Order: sequence, then structure tokens, then C-alpha cells
Amino acid sequence: MLSPLILVTAVLNGLMTGAVYALVALGLTLIYGVLHIINFAHGAMLSAALFAAFFAYQKFGIDPYLAVFLLAPLFFALGYALQRFVIGPSSHGDDRNMLLVTLGLAVFIENALLYAFRANTRTIDLPYGFKSIDLGFTFLAMPRVISFAAVFIVALVLWLIMTLTDTGKAIRAVAKEKLGAQLAGIDVAHIYAMTFGLGTACVAIAACLLIPTYYATPGAGNAFVLVAFTIVVLGGMGSVPGALIGGLVIGVVESLAGFFFGESLGQVGIFLIFIVVLLVRPRGLFGASA
Amino acid sequence: MAEPLLSVERVSHRFGGLLAVNAATLAAPGGRITGLIGPNGAGKTTLFAIISGFLAPSSGRISYAGEDVTGEPPHRLARRGMARTFQIVQPFAGLSVRHNILVGAHLRHRTRAAALDVADTVGRQIGLGDWLDRPAHTLTIAGRKRLELARALATEPKLLLLDEVLAGLNPSEIRDIVPVIRAISARGVAVVMIEHVMQAVMSLSERIFVLAEGRIIAEGSPAQVAADPAVIEAYFGHGAAAKIGAGDVH
Amino acid sequence: MRGLAPIVIAVAALAAVPFVVHSNVVLNFLIVALLIALAGQGWNILGGYGGQYSFGHAAFFGTGAYATAILQVHYGVNAWLGFGAGIAAGAVVGAIIGALAFRAGLRSSYFALVTLAFAEVLRILASVAPITGAGVGLLIKLDLHPRAFQFQSRIAFYFVILALVAVALVIAHLIERSRFGTWLIAVRENEDAAMALGVNAFSVKLAAMVVSAAITAAAGCFYAQYFLFVDSGIAYGTWISIEALLTPIIGGVGTVLGPLVGALVAKALGEGAKYVAGDAPGLDLMIYGAMLVLVIAFAPRGLVGAFNDMRQRLFGPTVKARTPAKEAAHG
Repeated sequence: MLSPLILVTAVLNGLMTGAVYALVALGLTLIYGVLHIINFAHGAMLSAALFAAFFAYQKFGIDPYLAVFLLAPLFFALGYALQRFVIGPSSHGDDRNMLLVTLGLAVFIENALLYAFRANTRTIDLPYGFKSIDLGFTFLAMPRVISFAAVFIVALVLWLIMTLTDTGKAIRAVAKEKLGAQLAGIDVAHIYAMTFGLGTACVAIAACLLIPTYYATPGAGNAFVLVAFTIVVLGGMGSVPGALIGGLVIGVVESLAGFFFGESLGQVGIFLIFIVVLLVRPRGLFGASA
Repeated sequence: MAEPLLSVERVSHRFGGLLAVNAATLAAPGGRITGLIGPNGAGKTTLFAIISGFLAPSSGRISYAGEDVTGEPPHRLARRGMARTFQIVQPFAGLSVRHNILVGAHLRHRTRAAALDVADTVGRQIGLGDWLDRPAHTLTIAGRKRLELARALATEPKLLLLDEVLAGLNPSEIRDIVPVIRAISARGVAVVMIEHVMQAVMSLSERIFVLAEGRIIAEGSPAQVAADPAVIEAYFGHGAAAKIGAGDVH
Repeated sequence: MRGLAPIVIAVAALAAVPFVVHSNVVLNFLIVALLIALAGQGWNILGGYGGQYSFGHAAFFGTGAYATAILQVHYGVNAWLGFGAGIAAGAVVGAIIGALAFRAGLRSSYFALVTLAFAEVLRILASVAPITGAGVGLLIKLDLHPRAFQFQSRIAFYFVILALVAVALVIAHLIERSRFGTWLIAVRENEDAAMALGVNAFSVKLAAMVVSAAITAAAGCFYAQYFLFVDSGIAYGTWISIEALLTPIIGGVGTVLGPLVGALVAKALGEGAKYVAGDAPGLDLMIYGAMLVLVIAFAPRGLVGAFNDMRQRLFGPTVKARTPAKEAAHG
């Protein structure tokens, strides 16, 4: 008989994984909400950030939770530059072209990582990585608890940026009504780039939170990001609460499905949810009409 | 009186809580020009979208040539002989003018040779003869309006729905295109036109329906409709009819 | 150059290669390039002419490859019948995915996503299902006889794939000049306007999807026969989804020769890079990714598209009037 304790542990683990999914999805939904494109390069950026976090610890001894403060701005700048100088200009304003350009970037970045670092998995061993929190009925890995908390802090910071800063307000204006924002004097290309930068920064933070318990390979980001796509579609394209709630839900679903059906079929389950949502209600639970 | 070609009976459409079209009823006889006018936001384009199959009505019936076509998709209606133009012109921008019209011509002609001949003929009739080889996106707005007409005409329709075909044209362009519309009607095609350019629609239409806030508030000949107090109120506001009647106009 | 002339010239030039160049390396390179060109021509029908960008064409490639491999390995079916069955299986999968996606009205990003998801689902299923050999894959038994669709000489394989590519080119050409093709292109340009002109957009897109899937499935079947090994990463991996879309885009979306030109150029650049920088994994795909971005940025209509634009500027548009002089010339 399955002990309810084991189920509870699976659910808790699912929530913690889900939080990181949510963070990745947050970046994706932010980019979609403003630029109205699906950033296919999101996964490759996560892989790149994982490698960055790995090397930060391996070569420079920087603890991943401190590396956040280094890598988040770095990847923000990278994302800004990519959108401002590569994606934006290349696409000539066509949605379909933007799709292809982000795909091209994804392929380029992922394979550049492969070429440079090969495919072997890189992991780090934090001295406190094995510490766990004793809840009495179960143990929770410390790093994963930290990530759970961190995601909510990041979400809060993002919310503050969006509501209190001028840039945040400009971003929301452009998301709602691009032409109007342009007429009001907002530099749309700059705002697009800022948004892309923020989305990429989310990914960098997620990578730092992941590296203590996960690994860096060129394809690691993709695995995560396909789940993030599912979350974004489920929670609604462009909806921040949708990404957060969706992330937690999917994390739990994946944990339970993997528990009952094995890992591979658990993944298939997620994709099937994805396909069904796309076919039946593309705007998801909280999103605006597609 | 002969049965009208197009009959719209008590058609309504709900957008969420809003009744955009409310039990609208109109009829368009074959071979004549019928106008549909009304203030902005009255629901004219919604009604057109319903008639042309792009939107399903929440209730009501649409009959074409005696058959119930309520809810049929646009391509099926086109095959029956109903064609439409769009308020915001929608050319196949990357293709040549001839290629654009070709798409319409292919509805009735399977082989490219036959369809090309029809496309050329229609293109010339509409006045785009010199532009046939040019990319559609190089046309001026007046040219694009003609292209919309040509494409729709190439499908050899019996009923043509024109959605503000004169919008965006300057007076001399309007003067040039009105005879084209008359010529279409003279060839036996029924025309239903949404229009804001009052003088044109009044002079072209034999019968006019007035839509305001989703309802048909008046119908009749242009003269009758122009004098109808309800119509004046709809355009100029409550009490305007009385004021005009009392001569109290500055 | 109208009509079939460009196709005939291209195919003839390629057919002459084995008689001029006696190198297995070159031959192998060309076989793989033509295989990719075939897969790409499949994508081109749906994406180039139809404007529906699929990011999961691996679903059809893999279905073709697995169908023929499974039939041969598990059921002893003749390889040529397997080839036919593989194409049919690919077409069926295309019909299913297309019906679902188009019925749901999915366009643009959403369509790309759903095709990607379908391909991934198939990949994961194939990586665990016993019938596909799960993680180990399927090995087709070596039997170097034409009756088993295997040949002693590489040249024979070369002519088979060249013939398949030629057929695909002719299909694209016929579609371009047909009513179906005109309707398909209209749907690409503006679906609503096309519907208002009597085009049944759903049927047209679905038909394009089925043809597209069948052609790409044929490429998968050939892959199975040439390499005699199929696993989930090869059959349904993102590599083929990417190469199938990359080659038409580089060569020219919505043109007949685009995928062929794109495949030759892309593969040549990939091989060139490996020659210069060493055969490390990831290098060729890195180049493909960069090429995709560069082509979209600077030559969105691809190489053939740019050539056509130049030709149009000099000689007039591709859809010409039928003047008496032309009628006499065409006969």
C-alpha cells in the first residue's frame, strides 16, 4: 500500500521543482506577453546559464546563490543585446521570421555549447548540498527549499519592477497597445530589448538555483523549456500568475505521474496535456485570447 | 414582388454580454443596389461578417436564393455566389495584381489558362489593366480597393457585399469608382453596400436600411430615409429631429 | 526559364556527377544532402507554399523510417512494400496532426509549438516502446540485393535518392501551377481573404500537410534503407525537424528548387567547417543555426527567392499573361 507520506513527499518535491519551472516559464510568458513571440531560444539560454553557473563555482569558487547576483545582470545584458541587435533587426517585424530567428539562435547556442564543452554532464558538489530539512515525516533537500523561496522573491521583485518603475510601466503599456505606446513616445525597440533581458535574467537565476541539484549539458535547458512551454500555454500566454500557478501545478503533476508511470511516460503525459490545451483552449486558464 | 436574393431575418449576435446586432432584418433583391448605413459602432460590419459567414449569428436566419444558409462558412457562400470585400483591404501583398485576381477566378475555372483569361478580363474591366504585372503592395489605396472589387468579381458572384469600399478615397477617386459599381449592378449583380460617404450611397442605392445600436431603425428609398426622424436622431442625437423640424438649426 | 527546364537541368547535372567524379566521399555527401533535400521539399510544400511553419517534421520522417524498419525486421515484409507503407504511414500521421491542428484553427507560433510537441511525444514513445527497439533501436538486416532495397554499389543508392528528389521537384512544380497551388499560396498570404474567395482553407491546408508528410516520410524510409539503423533520436530527433526547415529557408521558401539548393549549400558549408575546424560534434548544427539567422536577416526569400526577385526585375513577373505570342511559343 502506498504510504500517504510518500505521496506527500512527492507532492512537496513537485512543488519545489515546479517553482523553478515557474521561474523559467515566467521569463517565457513575459517575453510572449510583450513581444508576442514564443522565444524558442529560451532553452538554449538556460543551458548556457547552467554552464555559466557551473563554471562560476568550478573555476572561481563562487557559490551559486551568490552567482545569481553576477549572472542575472550578465544574462540580462546578453538578452537585451540579442533582442536589440540580432532578433529585432533580423525579423523585419514579421512574426514568422521572429519564430525562425529564435529557433536559429537556439540551434546555434546549444550546438556552440556542445562544440565547446562536449555532452558530458557537469555537476557541482556543494558542501551543504546534501543538507536537508527535517519535517518530521519527511526530509526536504536544502537547496530545493531555497530555490522554492527564491522563486517567490524573484516574482515579487518582478512585480515591483512592473508596477513601480517607469520601465515596468512602459513594458506594460507596450504589451497592451504597442501603437499607442509608440505614439506616447516610448521607444518600443528598447522596451522589447528590456523585456527580453528580463526574461533571460529569469532564466539565469533559475540556472543558479538549479545547478546544486541538477546538471549542465548542452541539452539540459531544452528539457526544462519544453515543460515551460506547456506551463505558459496552460497558464495563459502573457499571464504572470498563470505561469506561477501553472508551474507549481505542472511540477506536482510531473512528480506524481513520474511516480506512478515512470519518468518517460510522465514526460509524455505533460506533452499530451500541452497538445490538448493547445487544441482545446489555446489561451489557457488565465490568458487573453490568442 | 419577386423573392429577394438575400434575406436576413431577425439576426442577432451577442459578444459576451453585449448584443452587437439585435434582430436585424433586411432584404436585398437581385440585380439592385441596397445600402446599409448607420452611425459608427452601429454593428454594420458585424452584420456583414455574419452574412458573409465569418461569424455565426446567435439567433436568426439568413437565406440566399431561397435556401437557408445560416452558419455556412465563407468559402461555401462564395461558391453559392456571394462575394465580399473587406473594410480594411486585404490584398495578397506578395503576389502580382493578376495573381491576386487569379485566385478569385479559380473558383469557377479549374485550369490555369481559363482562370488567367478571366483574371485579365476582369482586371481590365475594373481599370487595373496597366497594373496587372505589378506586385499588389505597390498599388495606391484606390488601386487596392479596385483590386478587392476585381478579386470578388472574378468569382462571378450574384451578390456582392461591399464593406465601406469608398473609405479612404478622396473625392475624385470616389467619382471614378462610383461608375464602376454602377456597371457591376448593370450587369445583374446584386450589391449590398455599407457606406459612410452619404452622397454616394444615397445616389447609388435604390433601397436603404439604417442600422443603429444593432437594430434596423428605418428602411426605404433614399429620400424616405433621409427625411425619417428616427434616422436623424440616430446620427445627430436625441431631439435633433424636432429641432430641425422647428427650424431651430444654426 | 519556364516549365520543367530548371528541374531537368538540375537533375541532369546531378546525374552526371558519378560519371565525372569517382569519389565515395563525394557520393556519400551528395546522398545525404539529397536525402535532406527530399525531407526539406516535403516541409516546403506545407511551409513554403502554404505558410504553415512546422517545427516537428521529424514526426513524419521518423514514422517513415520506423514503419519500414518495423515491417522488415518484425514481420519480414519486402523492403519495397515497406517503403510504400512507410510513406502511407507518414501521410496518415500528417493527416491526423493536420486535422487536429487546423480544426483547432492553430496558426503561426501555436502551430509550430503543437507540431514540435507531437514530434517529441513520438520520440519519447519510440525511446521506450519494445516494437521500436526502445533505447537500442532497430537494425535492418544486411542483404545487399535490389529486392531488399539495398545495393552493393553506392551509385545505385545515389540514383534512387536522386530519382525520389526529382519526383518531389516535379510534384512541387505541378502544385505551383495548379489551382490547388494557387489556393494554397492564397491561404499563406491571407487566409480570411482566401476564404472569402471560395477557398476551403481547412481542406487546402490539410491536403498540403498530407503531401508534405508523405514526401518527408519517403526521406525517412530511404534513410532506413541506406543506414540500416534507426533509433528514436535519429528518427524523431530535432535534428531532422531543423534540417527539414532550414534547407528550404536557405534555398528559398515556396520555390521548386529551393530545398535542393539549400540542402547542397548547407551541407557543403557544414562539411567545409568540419574540414577546417575539426570534426567535433555540434559544429555543423552551429553553422546551420547561424545560417538560419543570417538568411532571415539578409535574404528572407532564400537564394532561389533572391534569384527570382532579380529575374523578375529584369524580365517581369512569374505569373504572366497569355498573349498570342506566348501562346504560339508554348504551342
